[in-house]
Amino acid sequence: MDSFGDLLFYLVIETGFLKAALVVNLLLVVVMILTLMERKISAWIQERHGPNRVGPWGILQPIADGVKFFTKEDIVPSHVDKFLYIIAPLVSLFPALVTFAVVPFGDQMTVNMFDHLVTIQFQVADINVGILYIVGIASLGVYGLIVGGFGSNNKYSMLGGLRSSAQMISYELPMGLAIISVVMLSGSLRLNDIVTDQSSLLAWNIFRQPLGFIIFFVAAFAETNRLPFDLPEAEQELVGGYHTEYSSMKFSAFMISEYSHIITASSLVATLYLGGWQIPGLAALNLPIVAEQLLQILAFIVKTSFIIFIFMWVRWTLPRFRYDQLMNLGWKSMVPLGLLNVVLTAAVVAFF
Amino acid sequence: MALESILFWLFAMLAVGGGVGVVVHPNPVKSALFLVVTFFALAGEYVLLMAHFVAIVHIAVYAGAIMVLFLFVIMLLNVQEESRLAGVWGFMRYFSVVLFVALFVQLGYFGYQGFFGAENVPLVRETEIGTVEQIGTALFSQYVLPFEIASILLLTAMIGALYLSKQKLGLGEPARAARVKEALHEKEEAH
Amino acid sequence: MSDAAYNLKTDRTILNFGPQHPATHGTLRLVLELDGEVVVSAEPHIGYLHSGFEKLGEYKTYNQWVTLSDRMNYLSPLCNNIGFAQAVEKLIGMEIPERAKYVRVILAEMSRIADHMVWLGTHALDIGAFTAFLYGFQARELLYVIFEHTTGARLTTSYTRVGGLFRDVPHDFKEMTYNFLNYFPGVLKELHGLLTRNRIWVDRTRNIGYLSREDAIELGVTGPTLRGSGVEYDVRRNFPYLIYDRLDFDVPVCDDGDVYSRYLVRMEEVAQSMKIIKQCIDDLPDGPVSFFDQKFALPEKEKVYDTIEGLIHHFKNIMPGHGFEVPKADIYDATEAPNGELGFYLVGDGSHKAYRLRVRPPSFVNFSCFPHISKGAMVSDVVAILGSLNVIAGELDR
Repeated sequence: MDSFGDLLFYLVIETGFLKAALVVNLLLVVVMILTLMERKISAWIQERHGPNRVGPWGILQPIADGVKFFTKEDIVPSHVDKFLYIIAPLVSLFPALVTFAVVPFGDQMTVNMFDHLVTIQFQVADINVGILYIVGIASLGVYGLIVGGFGSNNKYSMLGGLRSSAQMISYELPMGLAIISVVMLSGSLRLNDIVTDQSSLLAWNIFRQPLGFIIFFVAAFAETNRLPFDLPEAEQELVGGYHTEYSSMKFSAFMISEYSHIITASSLVATLYLGGWQIPGLAALNLPIVAEQLLQILAFIVKTSFIIFIFMWVRWTLPRFRYDQLMNLGWKSMVPLGLLNVVLTAAVVAFF
Repeated sequence: MALESILFWLFAMLAVGGGVGVVVHPNPVKSALFLVVTFFALAGEYVLLMAHFVAIVHIAVYAGAIMVLFLFVIMLLNVQEESRLAGVWGFMRYFSVVLFVALFVQLGYFGYQGFFGAENVPLVRETEIGTVEQIGTALFSQYVLPFEIASILLLTAMIGALYLSKQKLGLGEPARAARVKEALHEKEEAH
Repeated sequence: MSDAAYNLKTDRTILNFGPQHPATHGTLRLVLELDGEVVVSAEPHIGYLHSGFEKLGEYKTYNQWVTLSDRMNYLSPLCNNIGFAQAVEKLIGMEIPERAKYVRVILAEMSRIADHMVWLGTHALDIGAFTAFLYGFQARELLYVIFEHTTGARLTTSYTRVGGLFRDVPHDFKEMTYNFLNYFPGVLKELHGLLTRNRIWVDRTRNIGYLSREDAIELGVTGPTLRGSGVEYDVRRNFPYLIYDRLDFDVPVCDDGDVYSRYLVRMEEVAQSMKIIKQCIDDLPDGPVSFFDQKFALPEKEKVYDTIEGLIHHFKNIMPGHGFEVPKADIYDATEAPNGELGFYLVGDGSHKAYRLRVRPPSFVNFSCFPHISKGAMVSDVVAILGSLNVIAGELDR
């Protein structure tokens, strides 16, 4: 290390700490915005206003919610297993935030910084087994539910936690199968390669893999525990979900992890099936590079927001599945369809 | 290089700490969670050895699926905390100390060999060994027979598990209709 | 090997549903005995809302009791008002003017629509479709505005009196009704679109809570629950009252006997109600809404202030210890409330108060079939079945 600048450069840029910190912060801020958007969108669908008291159009509502959660009394019931009860929200939050690390939200940008020519990847970590990383970390999301349900030391919470984790595990299979088909088409596990593979509008995977898209989308609903698969959280039916015994910040940690899962799942759908940060026909406009790249980041944000909107739209429209119907759908319909998709894709790739 | 060393020692300490935690804690759920920590540390070590695929699959399979099932079993069967078993084994305690020393000596010998006899061992620095393409190619060309046999084995295990756990009281639609019918018959007989 | 696994039976658990639970409609309690996730037996505990309406009927004059009838089925109070007033009029042998009959029919059918909107909203809410609730309630707001304009209150209408109605409908009643009739079919269409052919909804409600035809008749259920099991019985058809024998409407019946068929029956009933309202509002005759027979009804204010008979009769009807007298006879009279057959059994003993006022609440009898139809259901289905019976706790307990 020659100079302080070099050391700084190494610590901050090369090791990616700054990028990671920025992305995590951004994710948490977007989660906050999503809580407001959920209420506004649900109000719009139900012909109501939604929050509009705190700030114009309710913009400061998430801050008000945050203050409420911080100042609420944190009740730890006496009958819970303290260790498990306290780490469950953390265990739930960890995969939700970490999965986002491999999602690319823009193309590369080369700038001059600290006298070095730096290529900034708009992606926290460009690992060459990107998709597999997502599958692996998504399967860790189950722990939060199990530990939360068991730690509450409440017969019904435990059953709720076990049921919801069984649901999540069952739907990882169709998700993995849909991902396999996408990987077969683009020939690489690296997410950037998958994005650059969808270069023209017709090459977007949603058109090349319609069945896979549907399977992945439905599996994403089940993975994020959203309606119509939200039996683990349904209060009208269960007498306790896995987060019944939680209050204040721990409960909000569960909510944050749920919204982060939604953001990650939506960005994955956008990346795998909607062409990621690609804008078809952008090269023809011949804009300066910086403008092009900013537009691409904007395109990624628009696509992800659209999918998030669909998530919320579906939640307020459809009724809820019963547990055995849910499992039936997963094992008897989604898995065979996923396998069929893999076989068809393999046939097409092999022979054409 | 420096970063790699730091990470190596970090993961190594985490792995050993996790392993010790598994054995030491009387609460089975905590032991299982410590095992998950160990798996994470090992996955980190795999990444340092350039075996990315193995690392991720290690997390996905072991930490993500197998440990979840372990936790299911522990929770459903309500496994109790084990009490301290002191003075049960008798002379075996001394025998276990002897075995432990022998193990330690052997590990130390190989470690010494690895550290200082390193010039004889070629350092594999290729980035191509652990990648998915390489593993895939090997699996489907050289090792295709073991691969298929392994998958058949897994299929057999799944079918066996389903058969063993199939109960009379099912959760499907025909089973439910049968239950309702049975319940109504019960009511008739009660009259 | 699997026999050994089969013998690992778990004990039965007792699950308490309510009285405070997001899914029970009103305060009622269900003690469910579960084997795993399957309900083996369900024991309803009711009475949390018992207020003694029937006992109060022995202490209040007939016109005073109308206010209590609102509080029974509080989702369609006008139907209760109409049922009670009709029973007393039949006991006395009074005739009411044509206009009163038409207006009573219009308001009864509007209450039916209102009740079914709440039923649909809460039923869908329990199963997870949140938005149907709000669409239904928006339509209901329009009805509530009409009710408030006509009767003076949204919920506790107390609009009927013995002999007719409390007062005439406001001058823009026709216009408001036509507005409603233009607006509502769109809402109904949206609700149908949201739920009727929605695969998830059908999966959650088909083949759940089966009630056979014979059991339905034996248990005495009435209303959409009975018609959803294939029995064509509607008090408006079988024992016509008011002007129902002159009106052209269908009585929807579905043969399947499950939750889905009750849903379909109620949705179709709403459409038929709109048809009835249209016919009545088109032909609404002019005239008084009550003969204001001075012996039974409070005379009009002009008569009270101007004539001595009016004044005397006013005091005679109002003062405690006085009131119109009813012959020594008893009568059972029933109307078709949204939940089923709402019956009143009145025993008059010659005085101005009833000797016995007994209400046959449809919710009570419908709810009694719950343990039978929920046997073998799963816990999630219990909520759906409870929703389909439309149990209103106010009417259940009185």
